[in-house]
Amino acid sequence: MKKKNLLQRIIIIAVVTLVGLYTVIGPRRRPTLKDFTWSGIKANLASNIRLGLDLKGGSHLVMRVKTDQFLKSLTEGNALAIANAAKDAGFAPKDVKTETAGNYKITLEVEDPSKLSEIDAAVKKKVDLSDWSSSPSGNTVTWTLNSTAQRTLAEQATEQAQRIIESRLNAVGVAEPLVQRHGAQSSHQILVQMPGIQDPERVKQLLSAESRLDLVHVVSPPSPAPVQTYNTEEEAKTSLGGTVPANRHVLPYSERNEPTTAGQKTPEDQKPKKWVVVEYPAVVGGNELRNASATQSRAGGNEYQITFSFKPTGAEKFGAWTGANINQYMGVVLNDEVKSIAYIKSQIFDQGEISGRFTKESAEDLALTLRSGALPAPIEYLEERTVGPSLGADSIRSGVRASVFGLLFVVAFMLFYYRGAGINAVVALLLNMILMLAALIIFEATLTLPGIAGIILTIGMAVDSNVLIFERIREELRTGKTIPSAIEQGFARAFVTIIDTHVTTIISSLFLFVFGTGPLRGFAVTLVLGLLINLFSAVYVSRTIFMWELSRKRRVESLSI
Amino acid sequence: MIQVFKQVNVDWLANRRLFIGVSILIMLAGLGSAVFRQWKHPNGTEAFNLGVDFKGGTVVTVKFKQRPSAEAIRDALISHGAKDVVIQPVTDKPDLALIKLPLEGAGEGESQAQLERGRARVKDGLNSFGPEGDAYEIVGTDAVGAVAGAQLRNKAIAVTMAALVGILVYIAFRFEWTYGAAAVIAVFHDLLVTLGMFSIFQWEVSLTVIAALLTLVGFSVNDTIVVFDRIRENRRLHRRESLYKITNDSINQTLSRTVITSGLVFLSVLAMVVFGGEVLRGFSLALTVGIVFGTYSSVAIASPIMVWWEQRLEAANRIGALGAARKGVPATGSPARRETVSAPVRKRSREAGQA
Repeated sequence: MKKKNLLQRIIIIAVVTLVGLYTVIGPRRRPTLKDFTWSGIKANLASNIRLGLDLKGGSHLVMRVKTDQFLKSLTEGNALAIANAAKDAGFAPKDVKTETAGNYKITLEVEDPSKLSEIDAAVKKKVDLSDWSSSPSGNTVTWTLNSTAQRTLAEQATEQAQRIIESRLNAVGVAEPLVQRHGAQSSHQILVQMPGIQDPERVKQLLSAESRLDLVHVVSPPSPAPVQTYNTEEEAKTSLGGTVPANRHVLPYSERNEPTTAGQKTPEDQKPKKWVVVEYPAVVGGNELRNASATQSRAGGNEYQITFSFKPTGAEKFGAWTGANINQYMGVVLNDEVKSIAYIKSQIFDQGEISGRFTKESAEDLALTLRSGALPAPIEYLEERTVGPSLGADSIRSGVRASVFGLLFVVAFMLFYYRGAGINAVVALLLNMILMLAALIIFEATLTLPGIAGIILTIGMAVDSNVLIFERIREELRTGKTIPSAIEQGFARAFVTIIDTHVTTIISSLFLFVFGTGPLRGFAVTLVLGLLINLFSAVYVSRTIFMWELSRKRRVESLSI
Repeated sequence: MIQVFKQVNVDWLANRRLFIGVSILIMLAGLGSAVFRQWKHPNGTEAFNLGVDFKGGTVVTVKFKQRPSAEAIRDALISHGAKDVVIQPVTDKPDLALIKLPLEGAGEGESQAQLERGRARVKDGLNSFGPEGDAYEIVGTDAVGAVAGAQLRNKAIAVTMAALVGILVYIAFRFEWTYGAAAVIAVFHDLLVTLGMFSIFQWEVSLTVIAALLTLVGFSVNDTIVVFDRIRENRRLHRRESLYKITNDSINQTLSRTVITSGLVFLSVLAMVVFGGEVLRGFSLALTVGIVFGTYSSVAIASPIMVWWEQRLEAANRIGALGAARKGVPATGSPARRETVSAPVRKRSREAGQA
């Protein structure tokens, strides 16, 4: 009975050890002879363990989507649409006001208070205001954005931003990027991890580029008269009678320098800034784009431009407008700046270009961001951590060195102090290390630098279990018990304590894992795995070794402990 | 057989006033340092030397071909407009230096622009030593905005508190709530002492230090639990003995384990201080201090508080029982009997029932 029990234990331990060992150093394919050489083992180990960015190098970015900006522009867009709808229905509004701090409100002031409900109905027909509640009072109607809709819209904007960021990362060719939500849902944060990226500046700019593209009508006498520009913003405003109405925007315009000789001027070299008045809503917006690409401009040299084409719906709108406005001026607005102005020669349907004197790289980046769609709201970076591969390799070396020295100290002490029983502890410790790495691989967990610290602390905890058991066995021996019963009692009594100490440490590590971020998580993962495995290695395995020692002798007279 | 302690018979609890007094003194020193620094800002220090993780700012790790002196780097950066810059040469890597920049100015929305500005200044300043990629190379950057810093700080505090509550609940469930409270007070003491050391010596508090503090919570509670487990066991074996004597015996019986384990953990943490590199330095320092005080507190703080509390409860019970008897209400048992049915024993009988 006893013998059978022992055999069973040894088989379990052997199987677990072999499976663990193969998981750590075995290849994920049919093994060849090369896998048993030292270099083969090293290569397999490196490819099996998933290293964190702090060890293998890469860039870690946390960004926040400014959803308040999104709601603000939504409110302003709706205010414009409401004013236009009221005007089209024959009720010219006296004034439109928006409130965009915390609460989002649109207030429409009209001449005739008796027509309020008619205006409300007319607006409702044209503008989708299902998330807004209207309340007429006096000579005004106020639309307020519902608080639940506010949350849903902000959430949608964040999700959309996340999708756009993902597509931009893929387009620019970042290998294995990780994009996920970060922190509380209401914080609207996105985490991006890019292994291998050492200089994240270009990617950062690319990700945060807003790239809002609008094709607009420029308010100007038609061609052949030159386009109407103003030297200062004030001048432009004065032409509108001092105040800018809701359907007009005053935007900066950088006129192009026609290069006399190719390559003579750098693309950034521009004439002084001018201002133009443009009409909003835009003729076509960037969301109607089907494609955009960077092409070398006709002038040749190092100058690039962006050609774009519309989706069918956009092409239809664009064609209708250009057909009706021959000789009018039209502007390409990118991020609230007029990039180019041209007059309509003939009806155009689906093609256009932005010739803003770009370098090859900036044209490509811009085309890419235009293709991936505009971000619904600007993003800001909250956190950036970049580790170069050499620093990561240094960290691995220090971590491994610290673990090895820690392990050596412990092994030397246990063998010196507990003699024969020390071997049990050493076997248990080594097995713990192997199984912990195997568990990391099986759960596809990431090993970080704090994770290595977790491994070192696991060594401490693991050896504590052994010390507890051995000290207890010594005590039991001192009270005059026989060796088998002292071992039995020692394990039984120490086990209660071991469970209590492990559970408390696991509790505090779990809090770290659930609520902690990046580095804290990596630490919690290895510590929890190490502790769970320790229950197997320090108790079950060590016990089996004692059982095996006892079974070899008929009568046990001494125990090396 | 080699033994650290043969037969120990120390009356630990007799020195409880001394122990608690010493602890209070150390805690007061830490508190004094924190309050004084926060208030007076001697040499521009604050209560804690918070790292960029919690305060926001930028740390740039630069690898030089020929590392200039810290002063030379600082002067170069200051001449390019960087303020309050701290240069920290890496001790075990002769070509590496950490450049730490605080956030410039306040204002939450501006954090991104602040980070960009700081980095631009570092690059400008470093370029005076030669072009990038040739004379120097930026091998790592940590930039944390004010919002993210505050977020990490709040989270760290919340996680630590939640972990303490979790431990209190578990010990209360396994033992008695007096044991749990005593253990948590001892752990709290360890945290305060360690944080005090961080304030006194102005070691940098980074995110990994929080991980160290939580590990310390686990270790300190471990030590306490080992003693409490033994007390629970001894109370079952020697029902006639006083709690005072049982506690002393239990501490003495587990003393060799306590010393061996703490010593070994201390050694592996020391390996981390020596070989673990700059990134883990704060972590290992926190643990080195914490292990020492964690071990001390399980003997010197947790046990005396638990004994004092249990004795008070028993006294209150006895008075309650006497009062009930005087009023003519039949008491459930004599005072002496009640003592044996006091706190930890109740639990034991439940366990025995299950077995």
